[in-house]
Amino acid sequence: MTDKTMTPEDVVARLSSGMTLGIGGWGSRRKPMALVRALLRSPVTDLTVISYGGPDVGLLAAAGRVRKLVAPFATLDSIPLEPHFRAARQGGAFELVEVDEAMFMWGLHAAANRLPFLPVRAGIGSDVMRVNPDLRTVTSPYEDGETFVAMPALRMDAALVHLNRADRLGNGQYLGPDPYFDDLFCEAADSAYLSCERIVDAFGDDGGSGPGGVVPQSLLVGRYAVTGVVECPNGAHFTSCVPDYGRDEAFQKLYATTPWAEFAERFLSGPDEKSYQSAVQSWHEEQK
Amino acid sequence: MTTSAVRVTRAEYCVIACAEAWRDNGEVLASPMGLIPSVGARLARHTFSPDLLLTDGEAMLVGPDGRPEGWLPYRRHLAMVTGGRRHVMMGASQIDRFGNQNISCIGAWERPARQLLGVRGAPVNTLNNPVSYWVPKHSTRVFVPKVDMISGVGYDSAAAAGPSATRYHRIPRVVSNLGVFDFATPDHSMRLASLHPGVTLDEVGEATAFALAVADEPAYTREPTPEELRLIREVIDPDGLREREVRP
Repeated sequence: MTDKTMTPEDVVARLSSGMTLGIGGWGSRRKPMALVRALLRSPVTDLTVISYGGPDVGLLAAAGRVRKLVAPFATLDSIPLEPHFRAARQGGAFELVEVDEAMFMWGLHAAANRLPFLPVRAGIGSDVMRVNPDLRTVTSPYEDGETFVAMPALRMDAALVHLNRADRLGNGQYLGPDPYFDDLFCEAADSAYLSCERIVDAFGDDGGSGPGGVVPQSLLVGRYAVTGVVECPNGAHFTSCVPDYGRDEAFQKLYATTPWAEFAERFLSGPDEKSYQSAVQSWHEEQK
Repeated sequence: MTTSAVRVTRAEYCVIACAEAWRDNGEVLASPMGLIPSVGARLARHTFSPDLLLTDGEAMLVGPDGRPEGWLPYRRHLAMVTGGRRHVMMGASQIDRFGNQNISCIGAWERPARQLLGVRGAPVNTLNNPVSYWVPKHSTRVFVPKVDMISGVGYDSAAAAGPSATRYHRIPRVVSNLGVFDFATPDHSMRLASLHPGVTLDEVGEATAFALAVADEPAYTREPTPEELRLIREVIDPDGLREREVRP
């Protein structure tokens, strides 16, 4: 069997400028932040980013790596407006494809199913159609004759997701209340990279009463859809990764209120993820 | 009981007006966004709409005691939206005379003066299940002649988009700190349905940048019952957080 474990640096080495990159999670929840930080340490830029946007979008936008963003929103959840996304939009820093949350989901489904589009009753009547003049509608061939948006497939070159557990083959497990759309991101991408809190030899150590001692529904991502696995404890920081940890609200507030250059210098200028995690730890020590 | 002991605050009238949005809705998901709508939805669940479903704000459906009764992660929530068994009360940075709503950005979309959230689920919500709105500070900046980016679809926009847009489209009410509004007019333009006690017609007119239709007999938002006041003050919002969202 193929051992797919790699480092964040290995993942980024497989990405290149100009790629279309999907990022899992939702808002400020279970984002693959360690992989995003690795991306920030690399020269990779000119990206098309597909995301239910949170600080992943904010970090990449602030660092000037985004050419085009496909998203229904960008938010920090407990802080409604993502400051760096806002600044980038108000500065005209990237092209935006603004679609509805459901349109986005059906775009992922279309890509995962290798379909060019899927019909969705959302978008028509709204300015989503005005700001996306390339969007087309499709008319039902049945008696109803209704017209829907033909949401194009959100196919991506690579996807980045973060889960609670994974094995070395690329099977991934979520232990929180919501899978978000991480399985679809992996299936919608030509290659997918899964970071996790902990690599396990076998699932079931975290409790569960299903076959083999594991809750089968928690095994979200299948290895057939995963190219690389990265063990990154605290790798979703500062977004939430329950039940391993909640959102680091104090640090998120710091992120949202500190000028970008100052924040990047203190937390993102180190050589690796470890230096980020220790800079965060030092900051927390100072707050006590 | 003395009069002073039952004096109802503006925030409490707002709670009642929000709760009323979910009356007679049956077994649907009440999706309140914002504190006052949340208190309202829970009040409706506790009293006249006991079959309502509520979430914990994350992925669980919960009973009145907060214990889980079902699972509703985002992917299933979006199916619930399109299945129609839901009544959401969203916020609105801008709303116009025909109920078009904006939460995306202010100014030209191409280069916004103020980027807000993005359209989020407003397009799918408005085309698939009843959508009401909550505005804590009624002003001409919010109640505008024309919104900058149609996120939530209004009656005129739905009609222009055709039958698949109008099929399940409905905006039952808009609740603000000043009153309750609906679209029960021949052309589905916004109408003042009731003023909260203490608010004048002039006050609402000055805070609205378009002409409002007025119900034949301008009514006042109803009084809460003593039991409703007890539930609001002692059970649902004992810390009085509602008073921070609406200035008296």
